[in-house]
Amino acid sequence: MSYLSAFLVGGIICAIGQILIDKTKLTSARILVVYVVSGVILAAFGVYQKIIDIGGAGATIPLTGFGFNLAKGIFNEVDRIGILGIFTGGFKAASAGLSAAVFFGYIMAALGKPKAKK
Amino acid sequence: MAEKHIGKQTVALKNPPTIKATASIVGPKEGRGELKQCFDLIIPDELWGESSWEKAESKLVREAFAKLLQNAKLSNDKIDFILAGDLLNQCIAASYGLRETNVPFLGLYGACSTMAESMSIGSMLIDGGFADNVVCLTSSHFCSAERQFRFPLELGSQRTPTAQWTVTGSGAVALASQGTGPYIRNITVGKINDLGITDINNMGAAMAPAAADTILTHFADTGLVPEYYDLIVTGDLGKIGKKLCLDILRMNGLNIEANYNDCGVMIFNLNEQDTHAGGSGCGCSAAVFAGHIYKEMMKGNLKRVLFIATGALMSPVSLQQKESIPGIAHAVSIHRSLD
Amino acid sequence: MPEFTARLVPGRDIIMKQVFTKEEYAEHVKRASPNSKIFINIIKAFIVGGLICDIGQFIINMLKARGLDSEVVSNITSIIMIFLGALLTALNIYNVIGKFAGAGSIVPITGFANSVVSPAIEFKTEGYVMGLGAKMFVIAGPVIVFGVCSAMIAGVIHYFITYVP
Repeated sequence: MSYLSAFLVGGIICAIGQILIDKTKLTSARILVVYVVSGVILAAFGVYQKIIDIGGAGATIPLTGFGFNLAKGIFNEVDRIGILGIFTGGFKAASAGLSAAVFFGYIMAALGKPKAKK
Repeated sequence: MAEKHIGKQTVALKNPPTIKATASIVGPKEGRGELKQCFDLIIPDELWGESSWEKAESKLVREAFAKLLQNAKLSNDKIDFILAGDLLNQCIAASYGLRETNVPFLGLYGACSTMAESMSIGSMLIDGGFADNVVCLTSSHFCSAERQFRFPLELGSQRTPTAQWTVTGSGAVALASQGTGPYIRNITVGKINDLGITDINNMGAAMAPAAADTILTHFADTGLVPEYYDLIVTGDLGKIGKKLCLDILRMNGLNIEANYNDCGVMIFNLNEQDTHAGGSGCGCSAAVFAGHIYKEMMKGNLKRVLFIATGALMSPVSLQQKESIPGIAHAVSIHRSLD
Repeated sequence: MPEFTARLVPGRDIIMKQVFTKEEYAEHVKRASPNSKIFINIIKAFIVGGLICDIGQFIINMLKARGLDSEVVSNITSIIMIFLGALLTALNIYNVIGKFAGAGSIVPITGFANSVVSPAIEFKTEGYVMGLGAKMFVIAGPVIVFGVCSAMIAGVIHYFITYVP
């Protein structure tokens, strides 16, 4: 069952992105920014945790999940160590993803070659 | 009073220069398009053995120039001026592609209107008695243009239906004071027109007012009627820009639909090649003129052509600063014979 | 040589009239321009986006079956998905998926990896430090900046609501 709910929730989140692209002519770069900030806001209001409870990977894999992760990381650290957590919590929670993006990004770009579109 | 200036913006050449020869090189996608028969060379892949898109574009320029000299049976030392330009910042495709030619060089920037701009200035240089042989050349490259104006090639984004496809290609024209035609007789230099279009993916809409303005001015200045020409052809308005240009002309009481076309629409098979609104870029009008239109004139299928290359004069910086896109268009009338 | 200009009849009354104001032209252009096939695009984005999330779900389920705790599972899943996105970009495949799927492959974390690798590959010609190294973040950089800053602001609000009486 987890696959069906992940498919539906993830699909809907992506479909909303498509509506934004086609209706507002936002570039994909801006879409990513909108999504990460939306994730933060929904996390702050406690909504996103509920979406994750339903959708699983359908909610954590889209970039809103990255925003949720940042916000949740900061909240947890604030609860644990106080105000300093605002500075340490975000990167701590997102560290695996960011390190992977930097490292694999560099390696893959070094190995890859751009190709003209058909 | 300048005796060769007629009307507001038009020059009537007293000693019309001849187009002695042309040369055209295009990329593989263009080589599968509607005009695939007519180009001198179709390169096997976009990189053409070079290490960057920019170097590949310079090679297009270098090889188009070499091919042109061969077609015109001229050597470097017979050329008085090269007038050339492209879309890259500081026109590096032209200057690097031509740095070993040892010929006086004037770099031009008119965005995609550069082919008509260079032919205009070249014709005036010859008519004025300042030169006997002038080479006019432009180029564009899909990959170098994408990365300068849009997004990296590997980014997984979609193109909008109004987007145009930058032509990979170069076209070159050799103008000479003596010859048997086709002749360049009238030149209408366009004004900058800006009707406030900001969408980089709808360049045809940004350039259509400039094209319409230049076409109207050309007919007003010369007193000619559209039927005088066998073909009125704009540079790279694409499908949507072409329609908008016709709309603006019609609203001004001029109907040119019967003999009007656009190089950006002609070069690709728009439905099968997924080029959305059509081709664009300096290389689009240059390759279509050098490859197709010139050859049709030599065959006698076209006797009089009005060639209007259209340009969008924005830069990546002006776009990011939310400036609108100014358009420009220059018209050159080309005649198979002088009667 | 015959005098071309002599045959002309100058002064025909064609003058470019201002047929459009900017607003009217924008309206006219909008009418003349075809719209994206939005319905089909949404379906494609839905399906591809859903499938990418299912790949993530598959990884999560596999890891959970090995008895790993949820934080470890979520970290490893992110790492694998980012690896896949980066790999498919380097293999010139991700842009093909993107052309079909649109937001379906932009919004998932694999799309974030694509936005890191694609400019980096493109600007490799300008060197491995200022080309590849610097351009990795032309698209992903703003995402991190806005994500971190907005999360910190949310953190400040959280702190004041919860801990300041």
